[in-house]
Amino acid sequence: MPFFAATENWYDFRDLSNLSRVILEGVADLTGEPVAYVVAILIGFVASFLIFVLPSQLIVGVYGERKLIGRMQSRYGPNRVGPFGLLQPVADAIKLIQKEALTPIAADKAVMYIAPIVFVAPAVLLWAVIPFGPNMIIADIPVALLYYLAVASLPALAAFVAGWSHNNKYSLFGAMRIVAMTISYEVPLVLALLGVVLLTGTLSLNEMVFWQKETTIWVILLQPLAFAVFFIAVSAELNRTPVDIAEAESEIVAGYLTEYSGMKWGLFYGMDIGYALAASALAATIFLGGWSLFGLDKWIPPWMILVGKTHLFYFLFIWTRGTLPRLRIDQLLTYAWKYLLPISAANLLIVATERVILVENDWVDKDLIYWLLAAINIVLAVVIVVGWARVLGYKPDSVPTRPRLVSEVGGYVPYDAAGGR
Amino acid sequence: MLELEHFLTVGALLFAIGLLIALSKRNAIAVLMGVELMLNSVNITLLAFSRFAESGRPISGQAFVAFVITVAAAEAAVALALAAAVYRNRDTINVDQIRLLRS
Amino acid sequence: MEGFGVNLAFWTLAVLTLGSAGGVMAARSLFHAVLFLIVAFLGVAGFFVLLSAEFLAMAQVIIYVGAIAVLLLFAVLLTPRADRNNAETAMAAPAVLLAIALAAVVIFVIQDTDWATVTASPELTGAELGDALLSTWILPFQVASVLLTAALVGAIMLIRSSDEEAEDER
Repeated sequence: MPFFAATENWYDFRDLSNLSRVILEGVADLTGEPVAYVVAILIGFVASFLIFVLPSQLIVGVYGERKLIGRMQSRYGPNRVGPFGLLQPVADAIKLIQKEALTPIAADKAVMYIAPIVFVAPAVLLWAVIPFGPNMIIADIPVALLYYLAVASLPALAAFVAGWSHNNKYSLFGAMRIVAMTISYEVPLVLALLGVVLLTGTLSLNEMVFWQKETTIWVILLQPLAFAVFFIAVSAELNRTPVDIAEAESEIVAGYLTEYSGMKWGLFYGMDIGYALAASALAATIFLGGWSLFGLDKWIPPWMILVGKTHLFYFLFIWTRGTLPRLRIDQLLTYAWKYLLPISAANLLIVATERVILVENDWVDKDLIYWLLAAINIVLAVVIVVGWARVLGYKPDSVPTRPRLVSEVGGYVPYDAAGGR
Repeated sequence: MLELEHFLTVGALLFAIGLLIALSKRNAIAVLMGVELMLNSVNITLLAFSRFAESGRPISGQAFVAFVITVAAAEAAVALALAAAVYRNRDTINVDQIRLLRS
Repeated sequence: MEGFGVNLAFWTLAVLTLGSAGGVMAARSLFHAVLFLIVAFLGVAGFFVLLSAEFLAMAQVIIYVGAIAVLLLFAVLLTPRADRNNAETAMAAPAVLLAIALAAVVIFVIQDTDWATVTASPELTGAELGDALLSTWILPFQVASVLLTAALVGAIMLIRSSDEEAEDER
């Protein structure tokens, strides 16, 4: 239906890039090219950050996360400030700004001051390559995925430098841990994404969305193994709670954040959410079809679809955070090298084979082939995960651990899940 | 108006600074940093030629840069392992104090 | 290459890269020197983008900033506090002379030569680089992979402490 397709008019809110183009052309006519450059930068970041990211970050990231985790742990969560506690993020921000930013005497003051800034900048830069719509992308570069990976490797460096600058042994432990984690999990992460790149044949995020729109199947179905590896590796890189050993408060105070207070700490905290949101947006773009939704993107604004999918993934992060206990550092490093790395390598082999088969045969009914591949890949994913766990000697307990331990010491297990009773 | 000469000059200056660091620093890690800067300046030069020079195969410059980056990564890993090994045996990584061959 | 943006980018990057390279030389603490080096690496990646090699620019950031710089920081961390200064040897003065002489000669040659240049950028994509690496340069490509493996094994062998070796022999 051509009538409903997004038009070139500036007031068509389904494609906000028209508005920015109109503004930029006007500015360039009025003042010349140099000013238009600055305005373009401002529009790009102010629009994407203030309109899409910051509300998500404050309302969903701070308020929603605390509320949801509260419900998962049978608490109320924030409910005092404003209606339903909605003003809690604002209260938090005011509190953080008021607090004194302490600096230890023996700290490396310049580095300690710069580290939060270096930590924040990549979180903003990441959004430059996320496509919010067919034209709504700040920098539509052909190597968008590599750009994302490159920029996403910077915050770990900033956190490491921050931990070093405090001259505090717990900070240093946190810093060493974050680097060990980042180096370990970067490898399976890149291998998993390489599977998607092989399948779609492009490094550009926007073209990946177009590929999924054309084949009418989401990559998450074709690459379930890659998605699983990606999700685990990315939550390790982001220091989300099941794997946040870099700031594990029960072991090393607060890791690399130990000596930070006030808004410097607030920047780290806020940008952790920012990175999680950016990673969710990347996952939504690569695995869930980004701004496309089976043709519905003609009616619903594409950027709304992307924001919705992003928050779907972000809910997954909150869910794992609210559910799983924290792991030890040696468990996590073993997991990266012995489980995730072979699994993602196997996934790469499988997808390369499939790609060769797809390219060399010229089937008419491509859609059916892709759905067939999806079924095969889901089965293969289960087989590989279970098989590799068996190879490495993991045997699932017939009786879950906790009821077994309880019954071993002679306790009463009330429900039948114990099985053995 | 940017020409080939601009990029080559930046590459040359970066190479000179890298050479200065590699030749004058005491610490083995700092020497390695100078070497890395020199490799980077060579990469800029190679890419400048790939972009500006008249050639039938401009992609060769990029391929060379890919190899230089690979070699630099391998070199950094081995050099830092060497520095750690030397430190373990000699209790110093200052290059002017490692003079076992001088009688 | 013309236009305001390109010129702005070039001069900013030139000042940033050369300035932070000078910072590596001037910094008194080895840790700060590594931080300056990271900025220099990022500036070089910016130059790669200017020279329309986006793929290599991203590879530069991932490999140099994400891996080599972290390796250097770790190495600094593992050296004792007394050795973390960034001092010069007695050979600093001749080194300065040599570096200035080299820069002067090379820049003279650059300015003096009549380069045969093209103005239009050759449109090079990452896919073409991949094709070239796997067709024309396939042998160096394989050698590079062998080199990386050798470096990996060599680094592990060098860094192993005698305790760990004794543990393996048991």
